[in-house]
Amino acid sequence: MSRGIPEPKLTAVDAMIDKLTGAIFLFQIVVVVVLGIAGNVWKDTEARKLWYVMYPIEKPWYELLIIPLRFELLCSIMIPISIKVSLDLVKGLYAKFIDWDELMYDLETKTPSHATNTAISEDLGQVEYILTDKTGTLTENKMVFKRCCISGTYYGNESGDALKDISLLDAISGNTPDVIRFLMIMAICNTVVPVKCSTGNICYKAQSQDEEALVNAANLLHMSLTNKNGSVLDVNFNGRMIQYEILDILEFTSDRKRMSVVVKDLQNGVILLLTKGADEVILPYASHGQQVRIFFDAVEQYAQLGLRTLCFGCRELEDDEYRNWASLFKEANSTLIDREWKLAEVCQKLERDLKIIGVTAIEDRLQEGVTETIETLRKAGINFWMLTGDKQSTAIQIALSCNFISPEPKGQLLMITGKTVDEVLQSIERILLTIRITTSEPKEVAFVVDGWALEIALRYHKSEFTSLAILSRTAICCRTTPSQKAQLVALLKSCDYRTLAIGDGGNDVRMIQHADIGVGISGREGLQAARAADYSIGKFRFLKRLILVHGRYSYNRTAFLSQYSFYKSLLICFIQILFSLISGMSGSSLFNSFSLMAYNVFYTSIPVLTSVLDKDLSENTVMQNPQILFYCQAGRILNPSTFAGWFFRSLFHAVVVFMITVHAYSDEKCELEELSMVVLSGCIWLQAFVVVIETNSFTLVQHLAIWGNLVGFYIINYILSAIPSVGMYTIMFRLCRQPSYWITLFLIVALGMGPVLAIKYFRYTYRPSKINTLQQEERFHGGRILTIEECESQENPLEKDLSPVTIVHNKNRNPVYEPLLSDSPTATRRSLGTSINFDSFQPIQPRFFSSHLRNLKSN
Amino acid sequence: MEMIHVEEISTSALRSRQISSIHHLRQISFTPKRSKKSEVIYKFTQQNLHACKLSLTPQLVISLFLLMGIIFVPIGFVALHASRSVVEIVNRYDTECMPDEFKSNKVAYIQDISVSKNCTLAIKIPKFMKAPIHIYYQLDNYYQNHRRYVKSRNDKQLQYGLHYIQTSSCMPEEYSNGYPIVPCGLVAWSMFNDTYSFVRHGAPLFINRKNISWKSDRDHKFGEKIFPFNFQNGTLIGGKTLDPTIPLSEQEDLMVWMRASALPSFRKIYGRIEDDLDADEVVFVNIGNNYNTYTFGGKKKLVLSTSNMLLGGKNDFLGLSYITTGFSCIFLAVFFALLHVKNQRPDHDTSHFSWTRKNTIS
Repeated sequence: MSRGIPEPKLTAVDAMIDKLTGAIFLFQIVVVVVLGIAGNVWKDTEARKLWYVMYPIEKPWYELLIIPLRFELLCSIMIPISIKVSLDLVKGLYAKFIDWDELMYDLETKTPSHATNTAISEDLGQVEYILTDKTGTLTENKMVFKRCCISGTYYGNESGDALKDISLLDAISGNTPDVIRFLMIMAICNTVVPVKCSTGNICYKAQSQDEEALVNAANLLHMSLTNKNGSVLDVNFNGRMIQYEILDILEFTSDRKRMSVVVKDLQNGVILLLTKGADEVILPYASHGQQVRIFFDAVEQYAQLGLRTLCFGCRELEDDEYRNWASLFKEANSTLIDREWKLAEVCQKLERDLKIIGVTAIEDRLQEGVTETIETLRKAGINFWMLTGDKQSTAIQIALSCNFISPEPKGQLLMITGKTVDEVLQSIERILLTIRITTSEPKEVAFVVDGWALEIALRYHKSEFTSLAILSRTAICCRTTPSQKAQLVALLKSCDYRTLAIGDGGNDVRMIQHADIGVGISGREGLQAARAADYSIGKFRFLKRLILVHGRYSYNRTAFLSQYSFYKSLLICFIQILFSLISGMSGSSLFNSFSLMAYNVFYTSIPVLTSVLDKDLSENTVMQNPQILFYCQAGRILNPSTFAGWFFRSLFHAVVVFMITVHAYSDEKCELEELSMVVLSGCIWLQAFVVVIETNSFTLVQHLAIWGNLVGFYIINYILSAIPSVGMYTIMFRLCRQPSYWITLFLIVALGMGPVLAIKYFRYTYRPSKINTLQQEERFHGGRILTIEECESQENPLEKDLSPVTIVHNKNRNPVYEPLLSDSPTATRRSLGTSINFDSFQPIQPRFFSSHLRNLKSN
Repeated sequence: MEMIHVEEISTSALRSRQISSIHHLRQISFTPKRSKKSEVIYKFTQQNLHACKLSLTPQLVISLFLLMGIIFVPIGFVALHASRSVVEIVNRYDTECMPDEFKSNKVAYIQDISVSKNCTLAIKIPKFMKAPIHIYYQLDNYYQNHRRYVKSRNDKQLQYGLHYIQTSSCMPEEYSNGYPIVPCGLVAWSMFNDTYSFVRHGAPLFINRKNISWKSDRDHKFGEKIFPFNFQNGTLIGGKTLDPTIPLSEQEDLMVWMRASALPSFRKIYGRIEDDLDADEVVFVNIGNNYNTYTFGGKKKLVLSTSNMLLGGKNDFLGLSYITTGFSCIFLAVFFALLHVKNQRPDHDTSHFSWTRKNTIS
């Protein structure tokens, strides 16, 4: 269920490069066809008169194809094959930079960041949507049992910690039955395995952090699960040993949102059903007559504080009832088809008429730096969606506390509600209307949707929901299943947005696999998500650096590298075309085959590779001006129009190199080998200066590569010129001795680079992009944009606030939202609380049916 | 070039502080002392190598253009002077040497063996010409760079003669009468065969025809013991015939010819006059006008030229383009300077910094 088949991922940059390659290919075909026709015409009109070429009079039928094919051979270098190799190399290095980055090293868990997928770093710089899980991603996933409400009595409200609440301790020592039952559920309604620790105490191995927190809390409240021996559990309560036999476990699924155990009290033989789960799946099954209003209130109150709530219920089972049910359960368990669905159906039969015991509240603290990371990335124009399995009010509360959404009046929260298809539609349309009205106002509009409404919206109102998704920059989706998370990712992807999914648990795996970029937090819920992800990081706050620094640099560097690769190939190709115009359209090559090969492999590949070290802006500047990411998101640095610039630059340079050489080396000096070497040298010199002018920051490596490459060119050609059997024998020695060679090269460089420099300078100074402006800023301030203090407050969440943001405990806080619409979270809650209508609140059955349908479809 | 050093103070300060704990941690476990080399590697891994930024400041760009102009203009004048100091006399003779009766049918003239091809040209020396005076023949509209032509040769055969038999590249001049041809190929076959002899003051003027080819060709490319064989024996006679008793390494005309030209208009050296020629002197040239350029309308010219150290022959192009480029650079520098003065924007004002975002697609 949680795993899907991951598709191979292609970055937007790669897709763009492919598109440009296609365009160049078309251009190549056109050139070949045009030159081929021209060549054939020239051959028939002119070349036949050239007796020294000795064209045969009789020609086979395929003769017409020969010249076009010659041109095809000449032009085949137009598409640089080396680009793939270079890109793979630099992408590998981008990934390594992520692995090596010590600023993304999690000291706490000692995990470095890791790029599993080395091919998609550029996409990080183009992210437009981040879909984030809540638990373990935004929060620490360090669950601590904080409060509880047992049969209407609140514990832990005063001190903030139920474990220290004297009234609770009193109730335990006083053997209050409900409290005992409550503790019992905490201790045994789970799949926790107690093990002996090295220290001699009991440790618990739990799959779920919540369960671990509950068992630990029960342990502290003198109800300790000491041993699990097969299906028999030993529970030590206040020194008294109680044994339970587990008869059945009704497992937790994300659709059922609850789990139950059937236990037999070995002391008195009573069979008990113990259930824990989300409030909306427990409270509706309360036995008739029980007042559940207090529990609703408790859940509401805890959720307002951002605590995770679980409701506990139990029921004593008659032997007969259990026996009947057990056989059904066994049957369902052994079916092969739709087992999950059938099991759920059977479980449903047992989990009814519950006696609600109480509500627990578990705290999950926010990770450090989450607020600031979200704020920065939001400034960078990235939209955030929170997809959580938690309940709505908890999610909203967490969202508020981490700046995910702003409180009124700055922000506005809109709810998609409704239990039926029409209600959901109405709700969506109403929200669409509201958003369209308020777009003029600078308000942060966010919408909230729960799993049930989301299911309906995705199934029946996809187009409306899509337009809503596009309009709203923030969304909170609660109670979502893993497949819904993946569906939402797919929805955003279908709108051509670059999505990044970040999560930590197994339930995020599908979302992570479906998103353009999957980021896993190697957290407490295991490494499942981190393994499926393209990138794994230790903490949510590293996301900022991952995107703004690594993503952005990668995008910029790849954009330069790929366009430059095209530029250099086009340059040599244009020269060949120009040469063919003066060589009788016969398709002769100006360069010998070695030079052609070496041009792509040695002469031009190394300097540009050093662009992996290029930084247009310092990391600090980017962090402080995250808006600059817009240039990457919008693809401003690699797109058809920038590519056209490079295209014409190579055309211009080809003309410059060729025309100057042809004129400077005319008459008695126009020997083929010499002239071709002058042209080649001209190209190599221009290449070097193009790299120089396009490089923003020079490290020693860049200087070595650029100038070393130039020296290398001469060394290689000197060596070749020393071998008598090679066509180039003595050519380079002869050339380097001629002053006119150097004068020509100097002229080529000046005429080739002068206009480029002039235009670049003009743009940089008088039509500056935001990047240029920031570069000027950097220069003006000598690299220090802000003072150190300012940087620290911006940069260093470690020192800024050592105590992580905890949820504000403010009981008397009025409902945070004053929404325009009546369907606010509180309003819905209220109406639900006052008139509990269970008939309309039966989502379980149809939900299962729908997910069943979905499964069938996906199969 | 002015490089502006950007010491990323803040970053490094931050890093050092933030990382110091990591360092501490790692230093205990991995590296007790960081050598200089590993420090560089460490900085590389953190993408934090010391970097200089090249900033296009007005000062830098304007002075760069100005400097370029200042350098280019003098070089241009020197080059132009060097080029102008060369005395060059160009005489087109393919039409001059055509008897009037053949003017309408030039091809018939050149292909008719019975007609005498000799003709005399009087050249008046306009200026004093200092020895050595190079004699070139110039062919226009002659495609030595044509693919079929330029490939039709075999360098191995030129060096090793008949021992080297893989000469298929020489098609269609590989075999004649069933025997291989040395030197094979269209290039050798179509060798230029006009002859020039000079007469001054009624006496023949000595022309040095040695050392006109590249020394490397004589020494390493054309075999010392390789003699022409079966050359120009076919039904179609291309150009010059070679003396089969002289080895290829001494056939300098062949070597010169076989250095293919990249351009359709080219000059090749014929020989050198080793006497000075005075101004207003008249030199008579006896031309054997044998080479057929008439079928394709090619021009033949005889060129006498002195040389200079800087550029070799006469070539105004480099000088003129240097001067033009230089003045353009100065013009650009002035233009940018004016622009800079006129547009003194309040420097580094970020108050106007507004981020216009891509609107949501609706």
